[in-house]
Amino acid sequence: MKSFLAVFRSLATVERSVEKCCISLGGRSSRLVVQLHCKYGVRKTHNLSFQDCESLQAVFDPALCSNVLRAPARVLGEAVLPFPPALAEVTLGIGCGRRVILRSYQEEEEADSTVKAMVTEMSIGQEDFQQLQAQEGVAITFCLKEFRGLLSFAESANLSLSVYFDAPGRPAIFAVSDSLLDGHFVLATLSESDPHSPALCSPELRRLAPPLQAHSTPHLDDFANDDIDSYMIAMETTADSEGSRAVPSVSLFPGLRPPCSPGPYSEDNEAEAGTQPGTPPPKKFRSLFFGSILAPAHSPPGPSPVLAEDSEGEG
Amino acid sequence: MKFRAKIVDAACLNHFTRVSAMIAKLAKTCTLRISPQKLNFILSDKMASGGVSMWCELEQENFFREFQMEGVSAENNAIYLELMSENLSRALKTAQNARALKIKLTNKHFPCLTVSIELLSVSSSSRIVTHDIPVKVIPRKLWKDLQEPTVPVSDVSIYLPVLKTMKSIVEKMKNISNHLIIEANLSGELNLKIETELVCVTTHFKDLGNPPSASEDASRDRDPEQMAEVHIDIRKLLQFLAGQQVNPTKAVCNIVSNKIVHFDLLHEDVSLQYFIPAFS
Repeated sequence: MKSFLAVFRSLATVERSVEKCCISLGGRSSRLVVQLHCKYGVRKTHNLSFQDCESLQAVFDPALCSNVLRAPARVLGEAVLPFPPALAEVTLGIGCGRRVILRSYQEEEEADSTVKAMVTEMSIGQEDFQQLQAQEGVAITFCLKEFRGLLSFAESANLSLSVYFDAPGRPAIFAVSDSLLDGHFVLATLSESDPHSPALCSPELRRLAPPLQAHSTPHLDDFANDDIDSYMIAMETTADSEGSRAVPSVSLFPGLRPPCSPGPYSEDNEAEAGTQPGTPPPKKFRSLFFGSILAPAHSPPGPSPVLAEDSEGEG
Repeated sequence: MKFRAKIVDAACLNHFTRVSAMIAKLAKTCTLRISPQKLNFILSDKMASGGVSMWCELEQENFFREFQMEGVSAENNAIYLELMSENLSRALKTAQNARALKIKLTNKHFPCLTVSIELLSVSSSSRIVTHDIPVKVIPRKLWKDLQEPTVPVSDVSIYLPVLKTMKSIVEKMKNISNHLIIEANLSGELNLKIETELVCVTTHFKDLGNPPSASEDASRDRDPEQMAEVHIDIRKLLQFLAGQQVNPTKAVCNIVSNKIVHFDLLHEDVSLQYFIPAFS
């Protein structure tokens, strides 16, 4: 992505001088060609090399999530301001009086640790939300850094953000949409060992017990890494474990899977769960799907074999 | 032990936030002493701080609309808490547009100072930010080490120049050597000196003025041109100066020759005393 972004690096220059931008796949030379047609007949051509890869599509369906909340991205952006910039994870949930609570999540510290971290909690009334359909007491914990990232995108485009979520451990889907695009950001959430802990209604601070092996975190964490080599390596290592299963019609219903299974995003984790129970894989955000609402000029060539069914509405 | 306090005035809140930011720059960990009339931020001259000590005092009624405390016992009506200054500063910084701020001592699995902020909101419902700052309650037997330091009888007492100027000079001097000499006399002259094998750098401040001295005899006997000097670690002075974001209302420097330098500042109604010992 770095090379692609470099083409549009100076937004002010682009807005001032670029009249047209053509993006095409150079047939023989396997290059992605980005041509900027600028004023005064100037034409800038960027040839970006790429590699074909298998495309993994996550299967998710916001409609199947039992909880949803929607608010202008600005509201949520302001809500995460009080949290320390270095904080890794945050818990989002519904507290008493239908207030939406965001609380800093701390990993359980060593018993003899003398330095305890400050805990910050933000409570927002339901009036600030355009939609709030969730039970009191439900809460999910996810990566704050990724959340901040997607919030800043949504805020810059002045969009509302919808959050679809289920029980802890199930992925949470953050959706934005406007006339030009539809975006779904799918984040893994921490699963709880105690599904009934009312973390947010109790006046006391309750810590979610650290799930040692039931993280629903994906193994393939290099989607966000623009280093093509490591991406390819990650692809190769997961291809094996996925090959061992039939084309998965991955379902979103955890009831059909063994209780310790984290979910549809970590097919490979199932194989590994037995071997590495103590090591939670690094948590990074899974994937980002944009579907353009504008009809394409010509339909793209047949897709390379996908390992999962297309999710609804994705092109 | 009980402590609850509330700030509703925006100016008081900003001032308190600035004080906590200053403390966070001066001491990573400090002691907060709560008594019926005052709040103190204390750093005692242990090895950990390199012999530096700090005593910051503010009158609670200048800040808090409501203030209730109950100390350890009736005779020892105070609470001593140890906390990470950065936590308090960060918590207060989130109270930019607050309608009200409440602080109370709580016990959530461990003792905390809970800062609860009601934010102004566009919609009818308010937003509430809560910060639980972990604290350690300091037992009574250690209180004797945390008392107000006695101000030493100084050889020279002088008003400081503009602290920003001093800070930029000291910053540059730090690149040359860690060993700084501060000297001043009763004629309003203050020098900052760095001496190495290769170079000597001295910055002279003149016409600073000297506060009226406490002891008339001592000052009459002393030659007004004679400098009292102290050799200190420049980094400690730099840390002190870095904490002063605003120029204080009053700034006095007291030098006890070859022993200690004592800075006595007043930021509006908050007093700060900072002691830097000489190199032993």
